[in-house]
Formats: sequence, structure tokens, C-alpha cells
Amino acid sequence: MTKNSVRRSARLLGAGLRALLVLTLVCGVLYPLTVTGVAQALFPGRADGSKTGDAEGRVVGSALIGQRYDLPGKAGEEPRPDLRWFQPRPSRGLGASTVNTRYELLLSGATNRSGDNPELLAWVKAARAAVVRENSTATYRVRPADVPPDAVTSSGSGLDPHISPAYAALQVHRVAARNGLTVREVERLVARHTEGRTLGFVGEPRVHVLGLNTALRDLARN
Amino acid sequence: MSSPLAGILQLLALLAALALAHRPLGDHLARVYSSGKHYRPERWMYRAIGADPSAGMRWPAYLRAVLAFSAVGVLLLHLLQRAQGALPGSLGFASIDPDQAFNTAVSFVTNTNWQSYYGEQAMGHLVQTGGLAVQNFVSAAVGMAVAVALVRGFTGSRTGELGNFWADLVRGITRVLLPLSVAGALVLVACGVIQNFSGIHAVGQFSGDEQQWNGGAVASQEAIKELGTNGGGYFNANAAHPFENPTPFSNLFEIFLILLIPFSMTRTFGRMAGSLRQGYAVLGAMAVIWLAFTALMMWTEFAGRGPAFEAAGGAMEGKETRFGIAGSSLFAVATTLTSTGAVNSFHSSYTGFGGGITLLGMQLGEIAPGGVGSGLYGMLIMAVVAVFVAGLLVGRTPEYLGKKIGTRQITYAACYLLVTPALVLGFTGLALALPGPAESMTHSGPHGFSEILYAYTSAANNNGSAFAGLNADTPWFNTTTGIAMLLGRFLPMVFVLALAGSLAEQRPVPATAGTLRTDKPLYSGLLVATILIVTGLTYFPALALGPLAEGLAS
Repeated sequence: MTKNSVRRSARLLGAGLRALLVLTLVCGVLYPLTVTGVAQALFPGRADGSKTGDAEGRVVGSALIGQRYDLPGKAGEEPRPDLRWFQPRPSRGLGASTVNTRYELLLSGATNRSGDNPELLAWVKAARAAVVRENSTATYRVRPADVPPDAVTSSGSGLDPHISPAYAALQVHRVAARNGLTVREVERLVARHTEGRTLGFVGEPRVHVLGLNTALRDLARN
Repeated sequence: MSSPLAGILQLLALLAALALAHRPLGDHLARVYSSGKHYRPERWMYRAIGADPSAGMRWPAYLRAVLAFSAVGVLLLHLLQRAQGALPGSLGFASIDPDQAFNTAVSFVTNTNWQSYYGEQAMGHLVQTGGLAVQNFVSAAVGMAVAVALVRGFTGSRTGELGNFWADLVRGITRVLLPLSVAGALVLVACGVIQNFSGIHAVGQFSGDEQQWNGGAVASQEAIKELGTNGGGYFNANAAHPFENPTPFSNLFEIFLILLIPFSMTRTFGRMAGSLRQGYAVLGAMAVIWLAFTALMMWTEFAGRGPAFEAAGGAMEGKETRFGIAGSSLFAVATTLTSTGAVNSFHSSYTGFGGGITLLGMQLGEIAPGGVGSGLYGMLIMAVVAVFVAGLLVGRTPEYLGKKIGTRQITYAACYLLVTPALVLGFTGLALALPGPAESMTHSGPHGFSEILYAYTSAANNNGSAFAGLNADTPWFNTTTGIAMLLGRFLPMVFVLALAGSLAEQRPVPATAGTLRTDKPLYSGLLVATILIVTGLTYFPALALGPLAEGLAS
């Protein structure tokens, strides 16, 4: 390279650097601060994660993030579901911090298993058997054909807050029996926490598990 | 209402929204890139950069500016990640390893947003908001600038000048991307996307335990991530994470943001070329491919073939309940036909054919409607090839928009088309032939092959989505996908700008009775056929070994 072209390249890289710094100020500082300011002023609850509470005012989590409803178990054991509560979808893709172990962050994620993956097939079959077993009561039998796909598959995020109305309906008898409530009472609760499609065609009908379980606990307490 | 019907109605709603929005936005874009006016904040920025925004650049100067700006971008983003542990706003996260920092820096500067890291445990506020989100803006603006430079090549007369890169870069951001992002981000917050600067904090749970959460400027990043067809998620689960995409409406809105600018730029093209019909012909080809791919995707996903899906009663693995199969299929097609690569459901868990549709979408070169800017220039390259093929059939020198497509022009177009297939097939072959890389696969057989093919297809086409069973955080994949992203972004830009320069030097020739009418539906059909034949000839053997084998076996 000649001296001239070196000088020209250096000048161009300098211009590039200055452009990047100016645009970082605009897009990386002013823009996010403006949006945060307006968002916090207009929608403070949503901008902070849509936290939701129970009848006693205790925070029970985010309305958007799914949770597990398991029995307290020993570390390292496969957790067992607490059958008093409506159960969410499986979440086999969920991980835990590996890089920054000082935190106990949940790592969102999916299993990424394909339709012909033997492991996924085994998980689905085991989940279906468990759903049939756990939800059949003395007076109500679940048929394997009644188990909907969302009950036996993991979601994309592992944090799916919803289940299908079919999966909720299938759990109603078990939940009523375990909580000493009537099937009618529990069905009314499910109906109250079921959402249809937005505008009638956007998305899918779904039941909000955290809202349902919180209302259930409030009811069972009284 | 049945789910497939709801899906069709969502597709129609999207189509209507885009049809309404693309005209005013496309016209606005044409004004932005043609105007001689500089607003005061823009003049401050040009003064800081030290550039004269009114000086015309010939193609080598334009290219040098693109490359210099992008090189600085890679370097700075790399250093920011390497120093994260020592800087404020890191949330206490450590610095990123060199190979992953290189990969991520290249990934965001090239508009790919391939991610070999877990967002929520690796990147703090400073890197996410001050580094990655900034590249979401500027990489998109660079793509739009190059597309506009090519359009100016067709419309210019003998000067050889393509405009001023610094002016195109700054205006794309201040007059287009920023205002749209502010509006989009606020809509997303209203849906429930988070926007705060909290550190990691504990939130009470139903069971009485606590869960640790990240805060973050998620909505502001999500808006530009979709609008700029970037696709890099704040969280690992990307737009499947409820904090990025909380409701069915936010899902449809994000798909709209992905498709908005790429479709609108056809209007910009028509407006600048002085014939809106030329824009419609290109738009028609894009829309036909998009609609056909979406229909095929819904068909295969609702059919749900594959042993595990049949046992489950439907292909819901890796899909969220609120979006369902329809909302997931719509997103998957939009994200792979553009250079976005955001996902709201996991493509590796799609049916065999569904996975093949996402792969083929990227292999078309992401032109239906493609990335912001890159979609338009990719489609115009195919348009040049299509008139060339038509010229061969009748034996006359082809023209497009009054410019002759001679040896030099068709050579540049052919080189453009050869870059990504060479990268995709070369690296895939190499990764499979060497003993080490295959250990990253989760699956064996056709799906394992697809994991590797998908990785290089996604990287070289600057998409960024993945068959994420593949463990891509190894020195081999970080390095090779990094190289594929760099060459897959900037080599095609070299050929686009060289082509633009050669066209800008020509004096336009008047249309005669023998000129191929490129503003007619017949030409849109020729364009679609050319795209499918070129892509099919290139990738069919590879697709047959992966998704087709998987799909036919189930």
C-alpha cells in the first residue's frame, strides 16, 4: 500500500468510528432511555413484568411467566407434581445458569427435539400415561385419546403460562377431589380464567394456570 | 372457529395491514433518500462524523465507507464484550470468551444475530442496550443504504455516482428506524413486554419460593429487532419468551414489523425508478412466494406428521399455547423469508417438511420479502438474471429499467448468486468430513445433517435462526459461522455496489417494441420461476439428504 492509501484508510476508519459513537449515543442511550421513561410513566406495571398477587396481596409471580407446581422434594430428585393444583405443560427445555452460578436464573428454552427423535417419543408416551393416571379419579376416567398435545409437549420458552381448555377440563375432577370442592365450583373457576381468541381469530383459546391456581387457593382457604 | 381457519384469517389480516402500510411508508422512504434537506440534528451528526452529506460517491468510495463503518462496528462490539466484566452495567456477568465475542460481534454487525450465548445469563445491560441494540439499528440502516444505492444505479445517468453513504446511514436511522421503533416499542410495552433497568431481582412465587429475574430494556430492543429484520433475542427463547412476545396480538404485531420495511421498499423502488408498476412487479413476486410458503407451512404443521407428534396428537413441541400452530407457522415463514431469524417457536421441532420450508426460505436468498435493504437488492439481482434469461430466449441484449445488462453486469449478478451457496455447502461439507464438529449435533441421521446445514444456511444468509439442538458455542462453530456471516454479508454487497456503479455509468436507452416489459404480471411469474429454478438446482441434493428424507419417512 502506498502512503496515500494508508492515510485515506485511516481517515475513513476515523469517520466510521465517529459515526458509530454518535449513533451509539442516539440509538443506545437516548432511544432506550426515552422509551423506558415513557413506558414507566404510561404502563408501570407492565414495563416491570406484570407482577400479580393473591387475595391477601402477596406477590405470586408474573402473569406472563409460567411456573412449576411441584411437591417440595430433595435436591437432585426428579420433582413430583403437586396434584392439588392445575399442572402446566412440561418444560424439558428449561435450563439453569451454568456460566454465572452465583445467580439462580431460569434459562428459557426448548428441547429442540425432532418428530422422529426417540427420546421425545419416549417423553411424550410417558407424559401421556402420567396424565391419564394422575387425572383419573374414583368417579372419572381419563381416556388416552382425550389427552391434548399441549399436555405432553414442552413449549418454546419452557415458561408457557397457559394450557389448552381441553387440558384444564381434564384436570378439573382431580383438582376438585384434592381440594374438597365440587366439580361445578372448579369448572366455574376454569371458565373465569379461560381466554378466547383476541378479536375472535388471533391466537388460540387458553387457560391461565397461575391465575387459576391462585383463585383456587383463595377459594379453598375460605 | 377451527385453528386452521383462524390461521388463514390472521394471514389475511397481516396482508391487509401490509397493503395499507406499504404505500405511505414506501413513499416516505423514497422522499427520505431523495431529499436534499438536512435537519439540524443530522447536520450536527455529519459535523461529528466529519463528512459532507451532499458529496456524491462513486461505487468504490461508497463500498469503502460501508466496509470501514462495519469494521469499526465489529471491533468495538468485540472489545465491549471482552471488557464486560470490568465495566458498569454488567449485572455482574463475566467477560465473553474471545471466540464467542468474535462470533457475536460479527453476527450483530452483519444483521445476522446468530446467538451462541444465552442472553439472560451472559449479556448485561451495557452490552445488550449499548452494543447489540445499536448494531440492530445501524446494520439495518447499512442494508437499506446499499439497496438505495443500487436503485440509484438504475435511475442515475452517466455520472456513476450512487449517493452519499453517511447521509443514507444517518437518515435511515433518524427518519425511518427511530420513529418507527419508538412507536413499536410502546405498543409492545402495552402488550406486556418489559422495559426497565432493574438488576437481577427475586420475585415471589405461588409456592412461596422466589425466582430470580433479569430486568432489561427489552421492548426497545424487540421493536428494532423485528423492524430491522435482525432477530437477536434478549432472552434465549427469543420471541417465544413471554417477556418478548406476551400475547397473540403482540405476535401478529411483531410479524407485521418484520415484514413492514422489506415489502415497503418495493414501493420505494418503484417511486424512485419513476414507475410504480416496476415496484408492483417485484412486490408481486415476493408476495406470491410468501403466501405460498405460509400456506405450505400451515398445511404440514397442522398435519403434524412424525412419530412423536402423532403420539402427542399434534406438533406442539416447541410451540407456545397462546400462538398455537397457526401463529407459530406464520412467524416461522416470515422470519426465514426475511433475514430476521427471530423465533417464536423452535424450528428444530417442526415436522420434517416444516423444517425444510424454513431452510428453503433462507436458501432462496431471503428475498421474499427479504431483509431490510438486502431483500430488495437480492430481489433486483434475481430480476437482472430473469431479464438475462428472457434475453437469451429471444436472442437480444437484455435491458432492465433502461439499462443494458451486458457481460459485466451479468458477471456481477452471477458472482453475487454464487457466494452464499459456496459458503453454505462448503462449510457444511467440511463440518461433516472433519471428526470434531459433528459432536455438537443432538440428533443423528437426516435431522443431525439438517442441524449443520441449517447453521451454515442461517449464517451465510445472515438469518440467525437455528436448529438449536446444535451446540454452536464451540471454537469451530463460533469461528466458521463467523466467517460465513462476514463473507455472506459483505461479498454480496461488493458485487451489488459494483453492479450499481456499472449501471450508473450508462446512459439509459429508450424502450422499444422489443423491450421485455418488466412491469407486468407475466414478468413477476418469470421472476418467481427463475428464483425457484436457481435455488432448486443449487440446494436440492442437500435438502434431499436432510428435511426431505425426514419428511418422507414420517
